[in-house]
Amino acid sequence: MSEQGVEVPRALASGPSAFIPAKEILKEGPDQDILIESFLSMGRVDHITMVMALHPAYLSCFLRTQHALLEMDGPLPRPWRHYIVVMAAARHHCSYAVQQHSAGFLEAGGEESWLSGLQHAPTKLRSLQTLNKLLAHRPWLITQKHVQELVCPGADPRWSLAELIHAVVLMAHAHSLCSFVWGCGVNPEPDHIGGYTFQLPSPIHPAHSPQCPAHEDGRQEIVDGAMEVEVLMQRMVELQLQEEECTQEEMVTRFERERSESIPTAVVRGAPPDLVLRLVEDQEFRYEDFAPKGEQSPNTMRAQDYSWEDHGFSLVNRLLPDMGQLLDEKFQVVSNLTYNRMAMHEDVDTHTLRKALWNYIHCLYGIRYDDYDYGSVNVLLERSLKVFVKTMACHPEQTTARVYHDFWRHFRQSEKVHANLIVMEARLQAALLYVLRAITHYMR
Amino acid sequence: MEKMSRVTTALGSSAISGRTMFCHLDAPANAISVCRDASQVVVAGRNIFKIYALEEDQFVEKLNLRVGRKPSLNFSCADVMWHQMEENLLATAATNGAVVTWNLGKPSRNKQDQLFTEHKRTVNKVCFHPTEVYMLLSGSQDGFMKCFDLRKKESVSTFSGQSESVRDVQFSMKDYFTFAASFENGNVQLWDIRRPDRYERMFTAHTGPVFCCDWHPDDRGWLATGGRDKMVKVWDMTTNRAKEIFCVQTIASVARVKWRPEKKFHLATCSMMVDHNIYVWDVRRPFIPFATFEEHKDVTTGIVWRHQHDPHFLLSGSKDSTLYQHMFKDATRPVDKANPEGLCFGLFGDLAFAAKESLISSDSNRKPYPGGDRRYPIFFFKKPDQTEQFAHVSSALSVFETDLDSNCMDWFVKTAQLYLLCGKPFAELCDHNAKVARELKRPQVSTTWTMLRIMFSDPANLTPGPNHPLSKLGTLPLMNSFNMKEMNSGMGAESRLERSKGESRQDNSHLEPGNSLISNNNEDNEETEGSDGQAEYMFGDAELDDDDLYSMEHDNQTEEQEYTLPQEAFQLRHEIMDNPSAPEHLQQDKADSPHVSGNEAEVTCLTPIESFSLISISQPLFTPQLPASFFCPIVREMLSYYAEKGDVQMAVSVLIVLGERIRKEIDDLTQEHWYTSYIDLLQRFELWNVSNEVIKLSTCSAITCLNQTSTTLHINCSNCKRPMSNRGWICDRCHQCASVCAVCHHVVKGLFVWCQGCNHGGHLEHIRNWLKSSAHCPAGCGHLCEYT
Repeated sequence: MSEQGVEVPRALASGPSAFIPAKEILKEGPDQDILIESFLSMGRVDHITMVMALHPAYLSCFLRTQHALLEMDGPLPRPWRHYIVVMAAARHHCSYAVQQHSAGFLEAGGEESWLSGLQHAPTKLRSLQTLNKLLAHRPWLITQKHVQELVCPGADPRWSLAELIHAVVLMAHAHSLCSFVWGCGVNPEPDHIGGYTFQLPSPIHPAHSPQCPAHEDGRQEIVDGAMEVEVLMQRMVELQLQEEECTQEEMVTRFERERSESIPTAVVRGAPPDLVLRLVEDQEFRYEDFAPKGEQSPNTMRAQDYSWEDHGFSLVNRLLPDMGQLLDEKFQVVSNLTYNRMAMHEDVDTHTLRKALWNYIHCLYGIRYDDYDYGSVNVLLERSLKVFVKTMACHPEQTTARVYHDFWRHFRQSEKVHANLIVMEARLQAALLYVLRAITHYMR
Repeated sequence: MEKMSRVTTALGSSAISGRTMFCHLDAPANAISVCRDASQVVVAGRNIFKIYALEEDQFVEKLNLRVGRKPSLNFSCADVMWHQMEENLLATAATNGAVVTWNLGKPSRNKQDQLFTEHKRTVNKVCFHPTEVYMLLSGSQDGFMKCFDLRKKESVSTFSGQSESVRDVQFSMKDYFTFAASFENGNVQLWDIRRPDRYERMFTAHTGPVFCCDWHPDDRGWLATGGRDKMVKVWDMTTNRAKEIFCVQTIASVARVKWRPEKKFHLATCSMMVDHNIYVWDVRRPFIPFATFEEHKDVTTGIVWRHQHDPHFLLSGSKDSTLYQHMFKDATRPVDKANPEGLCFGLFGDLAFAAKESLISSDSNRKPYPGGDRRYPIFFFKKPDQTEQFAHVSSALSVFETDLDSNCMDWFVKTAQLYLLCGKPFAELCDHNAKVARELKRPQVSTTWTMLRIMFSDPANLTPGPNHPLSKLGTLPLMNSFNMKEMNSGMGAESRLERSKGESRQDNSHLEPGNSLISNNNEDNEETEGSDGQAEYMFGDAELDDDDLYSMEHDNQTEEQEYTLPQEAFQLRHEIMDNPSAPEHLQQDKADSPHVSGNEAEVTCLTPIESFSLISISQPLFTPQLPASFFCPIVREMLSYYAEKGDVQMAVSVLIVLGERIRKEIDDLTQEHWYTSYIDLLQRFELWNVSNEVIKLSTCSAITCLNQTSTTLHINCSNCKRPMSNRGWICDRCHQCASVCAVCHHVVKGLFVWCQGCNHGGHLEHIRNWLKSSAHCPAGCGHLCEYT
């Protein structure tokens, strides 16, 4: 072909992730069966799947849920589902997901012009914009009014409750997926913009995507890192033994402290590609740090008052049969996922650490557990990890390789992906809880 | 095992009284509990902890336990319980994991007594021992249950569920040492309070969390559980394996379940999501709630029967910040509004119909289960106390089976193709069509044709068909023509009766026609009574059998089989036709009765077989005195009947065959309607030729003109290829003669026939002559022309 003057593109990416060396992913021995299965069902094994394959138990229920959301019976037409995902992903400037699902949208028979801008989409879809925006960045602002605007009998492009739930789960799923894509530095697929080039490979081997600093900085780092793990282990053990009593105020203060702690995340990145930008309205609307305690901070949501297990599940299952079950399973898998090891140590109960991560993310979204001492978040999560988690959960598009490499320097890559999964699911649940609560209130 | 008798407070003289009432709370309630003497209720929630006194017609706030300017999370209650022995003692479960006891006897404003902070996660449930004053049990999200002795500072034993969070713990009412715990993973465990090391028993009760459980207050073995899977299940725990004995399916996840005092089978439930009502179920009737309380505007979070021996008062707290007292007599009874009838089609056209027994039997002079092939009584129970029991309901379910073959339209196509509508003498047409119908196993239609022949033929010309074996009973030559081929002569009276059974059953399956039918039959019976003893006997017999049939129908399999025997192959739709035609004949009979009696009297040698109703009745038709027109009204009715039945084919065929004999009897519009319907049907089956024949033979102007629509033929000039508008033989444009006869070379002005192979042709007559001598084209093109 090249002889005939046709330029032959060349894949740029050297692996599924820019952060994790390809050989690491291969070394950790992805489960062959699950990859074969996903290849057979989707016709390709995309980079997300490859990265997630580090945790096959999770991957299988993730794929099941995604498949049910996008392909199985449901109230929304198939092209619409992909378009909603595209809309949602665009909010986080995630060109990976936008392109993946644009393709899915066209495959499902969607109209191409819609992709050139929101104004071409039907009003009904556009009416989701507000909810999409809030869900992506500040779900705690969602009230029953937002639901009412879409669902009440007078609403012009009227959504049925089942359609709305479907759309909402799709959006929340897409937002959290963006977190994962950014957080793991998933490379563009070879057929995506930025995933290929027409230039010939330069004779000088291009500098590898940023490597783990630990590899470069020599022994001192390694010793430090090892120390960090030891300290963390020690702290986890201590926390479990600790019978410390603290006052009510202290507990609230700790929660507030975590919630409003300023973690610098704002790294200015280049403008996102145009194909993403034209699908976003109100660019400037972003996650906003909670004001320090006392000032006009929005109410916290008490986990005991509206929980996934008791309330969210029932609502989703009622309106979108099976989806509740699938999501519930996914949440359970991710919260129970453990290999009982940490970095170089085996037989470690990582429960407290996982719990701390989960609750920290919910805390960033203003969800508070009465029965959790947020002091332990501070003890267990080092600052670099917090930076990473907060970036991923709140501003995923600002994740950089540096942020990724800075935390848990001695942990396995798969453990870092595990952290990513927890962030992703915790974020999904938090967003869902807010929007489902609003829907419940509307139904009341 | 030691068993303590429960301390009870008999209702006695101080019987509770009150009415349905409510009061506003300041905040959503999470749980409520009532004190032993049913005079006070405690309401607990995240932001509320108050005691209300229950007075005659209102709630009165007695005490606010939530004190202090900035109340701690210890006040944020997930659950509350009032001790049933010690009226000053309360316990709460806090969302932050604390278990708190409260002593109302304390003089200070803060009544907090003891604080246990041993649980790491939210405590979902606290439960006092029903008889021990100091024993308190708690179940928490962290998966542990703890037993506290209130005289000590900390728990005396810890039970590990080895699984996810504990949602409910309940001491058994009867077994001193036993308690049940329900878990988020769907399990229920039974523990002995003395053995904290492992549970006595565990079983999976629900898929998804089991939110609540409750021991039956009287029956030691029964435990009710409610789960997120929307079910309430009642388990018998006395056996080795917990056995599910009742299951109620609700419409939303079950948050609380409470047995109703003094009512063995009743329990109350409320839901955690979406559904705000409180239901009281009779577990034996799991499909419809016994009673419903619909007052709350948000989900009900706590329910409790006001007194443990009074089933008439229910208290409930809700997220809508209200506290209600419900009177049982004010409850809604859904069963009163329930639709007792159900109707459903099966995949293969079977029809199931359920209805209240009373509704059906109210139909006078009929058996309560008309046409029921089978009868499944659903339930039927009676209890002395009317208000406390479900309305006496007994439903009957009838299933009407459809013969699959009867839906097949093959007979229609075959009949259409095989019927002869013209071209032969009338009698032969009728005979032919009767034969066709008989071969297609449509005896009634066949009989109708034969009847028609008899009615409208000149009796003198009547000769027995060649296939009619001469009967011994020479006096009844016609009888054989009624004898259907399939009905072999050896068939006993019994099988004959079977057949009539089948018929009546089918009739009944169509309730309305059946209804009128039966009355018809009755009428007929009366009619025949006077004139024909024999016939009366037969009919009476059939009726009797009908009755028998209804009572023994369920298990009479053999009857079913016989019904489908090939000799008896009466397909449903034909069956049904059978009866109505009988009345027709009978009406004839009626009109004719003087003759009948006279004639019948002569026939003395009738055997029971021969006295088959049709035969005996048709007998008088031979009287040559009757003009054909005499039958016209009956035939008209018959045709209408067939058309109404949907067999418009029969109506039209008879109409055509009878021609002038009947035409004037039926108004044009009806005829036209039948014709169009039949033609439409024929065309749907792509029976173009038959449809055309029917059109041709019809006498309705509206129908015959159907053949004349779209008969215009547009032709183009053979020279200039333009359409020829004016005349068919000369082109306006090129002034050439378009159609020249290949034989005589003159212009063809009339019928022009041409070969479609070579396009040459000419005058019809010329071409016909030419082809007699030569097969080649007259134009000399060498084509071997073909004309059809």
